[in-house]
Amino acid sequence: MLVEAGHFALALALGLSLIQFLVPLWGARANDPVLMAVAPTTAVAVFACIAFSFLALTFAYLNSDFSVLNVVQNSHSAKPLIYKISGVWGNHEGSMLLWVLILALFGAVVAISRNSIPMRLQANTLAVQAAVTIAFLLFILTTSNPFTRVVPAALEGQDLNPLLQDPGLAIHPPLLYIGYVGFSISFAFACAALIDGRIDAVWARIVRPWTLGAWAFLTLGIAMGSYWAYYELGWGGWWFWDPVENASLMPWLAGTALVHSTVVMEKRDALKVWTILLAILTFSLSLLGTFLVRSGVLTSVHSFAVDPERGTFILGILILFVGGSLALFAWRAPMLKQGGLFAPVSREGALVVNNLFLATACATVFIGTLYPLALEVLTGEKISVGAPFFNFTFLPLIVPLLLLLPLGQTLAWKRGNFLGTAQRLYAVFGISLLATMVMFAFTYGGPVAAPLGIGLGLYLVLGSLNEIVSRAWSKGTPLAVAWRKARGLPRSAWGTAIAHAGVGLTVIGIAATAWGIEAIGSLKVGERLKGGDYEVRLERVIPRVEANYREEAAVLTVFGNGRELGTLETMKRLYVTRGMPTTEAGILTIGLGQVYASIGDAQPDGSIGVRLYHKPLVLLIWIGSLVMAIGGGISLTDRRLRIGAPAPAKTMPPNAVPAE
Amino acid sequence: MTRKQRRLTLIGVAGCVLAVALGLVLYAMNDTIVFFNSPADIQAKSVQPGTRIRLGGLVKEGSVQRGADQQITFEVMDAEAAIKVNYKGLLPDLFREGQGIVAEGILESASVFRADSVLAKHDENYMPREVADALKKQGHWQGEADAAPKTQ
Repeated sequence: MLVEAGHFALALALGLSLIQFLVPLWGARANDPVLMAVAPTTAVAVFACIAFSFLALTFAYLNSDFSVLNVVQNSHSAKPLIYKISGVWGNHEGSMLLWVLILALFGAVVAISRNSIPMRLQANTLAVQAAVTIAFLLFILTTSNPFTRVVPAALEGQDLNPLLQDPGLAIHPPLLYIGYVGFSISFAFACAALIDGRIDAVWARIVRPWTLGAWAFLTLGIAMGSYWAYYELGWGGWWFWDPVENASLMPWLAGTALVHSTVVMEKRDALKVWTILLAILTFSLSLLGTFLVRSGVLTSVHSFAVDPERGTFILGILILFVGGSLALFAWRAPMLKQGGLFAPVSREGALVVNNLFLATACATVFIGTLYPLALEVLTGEKISVGAPFFNFTFLPLIVPLLLLLPLGQTLAWKRGNFLGTAQRLYAVFGISLLATMVMFAFTYGGPVAAPLGIGLGLYLVLGSLNEIVSRAWSKGTPLAVAWRKARGLPRSAWGTAIAHAGVGLTVIGIAATAWGIEAIGSLKVGERLKGGDYEVRLERVIPRVEANYREEAAVLTVFGNGRELGTLETMKRLYVTRGMPTTEAGILTIGLGQVYASIGDAQPDGSIGVRLYHKPLVLLIWIGSLVMAIGGGISLTDRRLRIGAPAPAKTMPPNAVPAE
Repeated sequence: MTRKQRRLTLIGVAGCVLAVALGLVLYAMNDTIVFFNSPADIQAKSVQPGTRIRLGGLVKEGSVQRGADQQITFEVMDAEAAIKVNYKGLLPDLFREGQGIVAEGILESASVFRADSVLAKHDENYMPREVADALKKQGHWQGEADAAPKTQ
């Protein structure tokens, strides 16, 4: 019964979304507050319906209700509880349901924060949001219904893809979706502004927290996905420039640009049209990502099922929303009042440069990801565009941006002084350069990229630190006063510095991978394999039988420079129901680096293949991303941006906000 | 600086960045793109030795030989041709004889291929798409016999 109720609730949500789409839009046109007030109420109701539907499906999974096709295909009664819950979105239908759930959640939160958003803007925004919800609910109900029954009911389920049976599944998709789908709000606000034909600094102040929140979650989601791939696939790589990864990187790059351009719009009332376009593009890229991943045009662990009907449907949604919003943009944007131009050497000028580089880098990723698909459709020729392409095009665009970052962050608004700013960074630049040279000298003959990259990362971290210190402390200031001043700095200044320091940490982690060491060999029990300064000894191989798999676990002792550091366990598993083998990597964390080992098949002579890596500082890649997201979070708590915060007093001219 | 000059500066900088990006993309397209070939394609197109390609096909039954230190050789075949592949490393979990794989590496001669990576299917339901298409083209596709049960 509950399953039917869940299905019904989904259909009800569709009906309510239609109301949420049509009535407020008409209300905003007719300037009728009663009709506009329909938007928040229905938005909350739509969320309630979809949440109920989602819970109904979760309940079916928890009870192992094998009369539901989706549960049969992706669950098993012996599956651990956490995977019964996370398995709800570990398949095509369930993950789409999670998608609309988060979409509706964002709509509901916009509806609740009614006091801080002008009524017309809110009504139009929720109407656009409802349009997206309608499209995806139709998609779920017509092509991907998770509530389909099977008659007769199956006795046992077919289990979840073993690669997905990992705590990562509980965390990665929700985080990623909050990021992806969160940009729908920026998109809806942008479309609402276009429909209304009005846009100003207030708009930017309202939109910025949503964008920043979505960006922070997307950052976490991508980092989590990367770490998951790193330890689960057993290849030791953390980023493969795989189209599915690029699909999440593109909205991230565009979203990063958007977070920065809304600052300019808020502070200086400029870059309006560009910001609107960027908001549209960011969500379009999210939709594109959904299409690439969900339609089955790519073979990947993410594309759960290949069904041309679904691909066509999502392509339809993609064309409708991208085409529709861009048409709206082309029609209405010329009517928007242009903001002023400004001096090239200034904070806003630096943010324009940031946008330029990020957008261009995003475009190269776009070309590299879609060119093979386009070529195959047009000529049938199959090519692969891999890491060499992206390293060659993406890095030369990102490195200059990173070099300019500390400068831009230090420049003053309106009219900056380039030399003065550079002088404030002399020490930072000097220390980083010195550190680079020292590393060079010590690793002479090794890879050049590592010292250079670490130097760059250090420059970013110190540059951010310098920004805070120089604003709080000058020669002669007592430390207590400096501390008070530092604490008194706006949260957004802290957020910026922390997020940028996070970028630096990630850069250091990435650069240090060049020092990584890989070794491959066949080992019998008691034999050793050496990789650089590290060595492992195969102690024993233990067979185990667990609830839904059996495994052979190899226990390895790790030595560093001859000293014993600890043991790690790497497994070869066979998931019985699907008959599918997987490899579980064994990882020993030493400081910020890791010793990573995975095993292959047993050989006829009793030895097993072992792959050993040493990855210095590798954890910084993900720690840096975490720090970036924390920076975004801290920036969100800034008084100015708090959702529901009272609008600044009318008497204060917009430019009186202290420049940062 | 007048308004016009400022605007020109912006357009100039944007133009430069875009031009550089375009140059990089075009250059990289020439240099780094890897073509997918089946063993039959290699013969038909007479791909030059030394070229970096992705090779896709079925692992020939009984052809897998394991040497010392994870040195592995096997043959990848399609309906018309077979090619010997040398690889050092751990094979992916779903690598089996008779299954479809994609290997990336250098073609050493018309019949020997040195792989630096070998990819098998992501899970047991799917054949690498390139391989499936290549087999379909040759009429050797047996339908999705082992594919997941279709929804509805």
